[in-house]
Amino acid sequence: MALAKTLYEKIWDAHVVDQRDDGTAIIFIDRHLVHEVTSPQAFEGLRMAGRKVRRPDLTLAVPDHNVPTTARVDAAGNRLPIADPESRAQLEALERNAPAFGVPYIEATDIRQGIVHVIGPEQGFTLPGCTMVCGDSHTAAHGALGALAFGIGTSEVEHVLATQTLQLKRSKSMEIRVEGDLPPGVSPKDLILHIIGQIGAAGGTGHVVEYRGRVFEQMSVEGRLTIANMSIEAGARAGLIAPDYTTFAYLKGRPMAPKGADWDAAVAYWRTLHTDHGAQFDKSVVIDAADIAPSVTWGTSPEDVVPITGMIPDPESFADASKRAAAQKSLDYMGLSAGTPLTEVPVEHIFIGSCTNSRIEDLRAAAAVLKGRRNAPGIKSALVVPGSGLVKRQAEDEGLDRIFIEAGFEWREPGCSACLGMNPDKVPAGERCASTSNRNFVGRQGPGARTHLVSPAMAAAAAVTGRLSDVRALV
Amino acid sequence: MQPIERVEGRAIPFGRKNVDTDIIIPAQWLKTISREGLGQGAFESVRAEPGNIFDDPEFARAPILIAGDNFGCGSSREHAAWALIDLGITAVIAPSFSDIFSSNAFKNGILTVVLPQEAVDRLMEVAATDPIHIDLESQTVTTPFQDRFTFEIDPFRKTCLMQGLDEIGLTLGKADAISAYEQQVSAQRPWLVPATA
Repeated sequence: MALAKTLYEKIWDAHVVDQRDDGTAIIFIDRHLVHEVTSPQAFEGLRMAGRKVRRPDLTLAVPDHNVPTTARVDAAGNRLPIADPESRAQLEALERNAPAFGVPYIEATDIRQGIVHVIGPEQGFTLPGCTMVCGDSHTAAHGALGALAFGIGTSEVEHVLATQTLQLKRSKSMEIRVEGDLPPGVSPKDLILHIIGQIGAAGGTGHVVEYRGRVFEQMSVEGRLTIANMSIEAGARAGLIAPDYTTFAYLKGRPMAPKGADWDAAVAYWRTLHTDHGAQFDKSVVIDAADIAPSVTWGTSPEDVVPITGMIPDPESFADASKRAAAQKSLDYMGLSAGTPLTEVPVEHIFIGSCTNSRIEDLRAAAAVLKGRRNAPGIKSALVVPGSGLVKRQAEDEGLDRIFIEAGFEWREPGCSACLGMNPDKVPAGERCASTSNRNFVGRQGPGARTHLVSPAMAAAAAVTGRLSDVRALV
Repeated sequence: MQPIERVEGRAIPFGRKNVDTDIIIPAQWLKTISREGLGQGAFESVRAEPGNIFDDPEFARAPILIAGDNFGCGSSREHAAWALIDLGITAVIAPSFSDIFSSNAFKNGILTVVLPQEAVDRLMEVAATDPIHIDLESQTVTTPFQDRFTFEIDPFRKTCLMQGLDEIGLTLGKADAISAYEQQVSAQRPWLVPATA
């Protein structure tokens, strides 16, 4: 009998081009997503060395990080220029580089444009069992479909463009097994925040995580994307969920997914992609789903997680001295004091979007809370930024845009928006945002901005009450 | 890439844990199409603090940075490595590094030295007043006070760093193996990797 393998080992083994004795392998990359921020220097490197893109057909480029989310065309349908000269230059570089190197390009005004990690699955570019990279750490998201997907730096972007491979060493494997079911009102975002709170921001470093348990089997692909997306916030470069019929049903008919006989052959192959009985993980963590409440971050690391029913922790309560010092620094930055109930923390800004939570189910969850309600008077700005033009159109077809607008939200064009403070959508210094994004780092949403990471439903709850709130009291 | 055999000089005793790449270089600095000049934005939020160590003239152009656990976590932005280089930093010592940062650092000839917390604490102490010496060949960190710590490094990375090798060039040397792989996969799974014309 063949050796029992984990899902990660199966995908890895199927992609080894060359193996060296020291453990480094050349791994073939099946899919490469490219965006405007981490690619200009890579294309420049190719140009200087006189190299070409080896497999433009396995590459897809789209702008997302710094494109403004305000209207992109005027009333007559003419494209509006980007005001910021540096952002414009970066976008123009991608617009030049993609055709110059023969790379398929989805432009900013295309209905298919959106956040790389939303459009990959949506277009069927992401497939189970493929290796996928992008110059963005949240590439981990695509692991939701059983792809071995991870973020890379610009030198590696250049390496993949030139060779369609990477030189890698096999990571260790880690199982995160969730037992039981999520309680009502608790979403995939709450679950992944809880997991990161449990294992820490470096808990998965050096590992590829596989999420296992009934809770993931019962979860939609959208929910799985939220989970896998934040693997990197626990330090894991990649997170996997075994593909199943939910995955296949999601992919069937997508524009870039296999068709006809190819589809049948693909599904037959994908059905082999699971961790074999008896396969060993290097590390295993068990989480009880029944313990989980809607989760919120209080500090400046995604591991700073508490249930909404809890209080701002006392830095003195941490055993580790460096964590105590870090916690006090975080509280100073966040303008919070120990012992304050989370539900007494006022917020001024709401951001619903990002590659973590900007898909149709996220918008539906937020709209369900907002329906018939209005934003509290203390809310200075509330943005909803759909993850792609297609998500936006679907939400409009379902009437969700009306619910958001009537509640007092701005309904925007797709992009990374206020997740990362490199486009006009920012949170002012010293002000507080309930955000569905993935990082609460110092200055992440703009210099001095204070971020609380939450689920879409929790962001909507904060909008209507004007403070962090338990959404379960509103539904 | 410049070959690197040793790094010696003052070390900035920063010490903080979970230093994310947004701290190393905030997003507003990523709108560049060049690798140069990012030192200006490096550690911007830390440098806003009065009396911060990065603006202490004693550590100007110090080639080594000492930090806490999980250095370089967060975003994959290679701008973080470029910003460190622009500051003159060619080695970082910490108890652990994020996977993506350590790869980015390596590709830019920055040495990441993993040492246990106790060793890092001792080096923090020394760094306040004295220089530190890192020798890649012998994989050691030494101080003027007879401290000697050895560190592990991947042998392939060590060779590349010491010889300043171009990794893309190395991989392209395996072009035949890549083509053979492509042919094999396009025969088995054409829907994943189509045959090339």
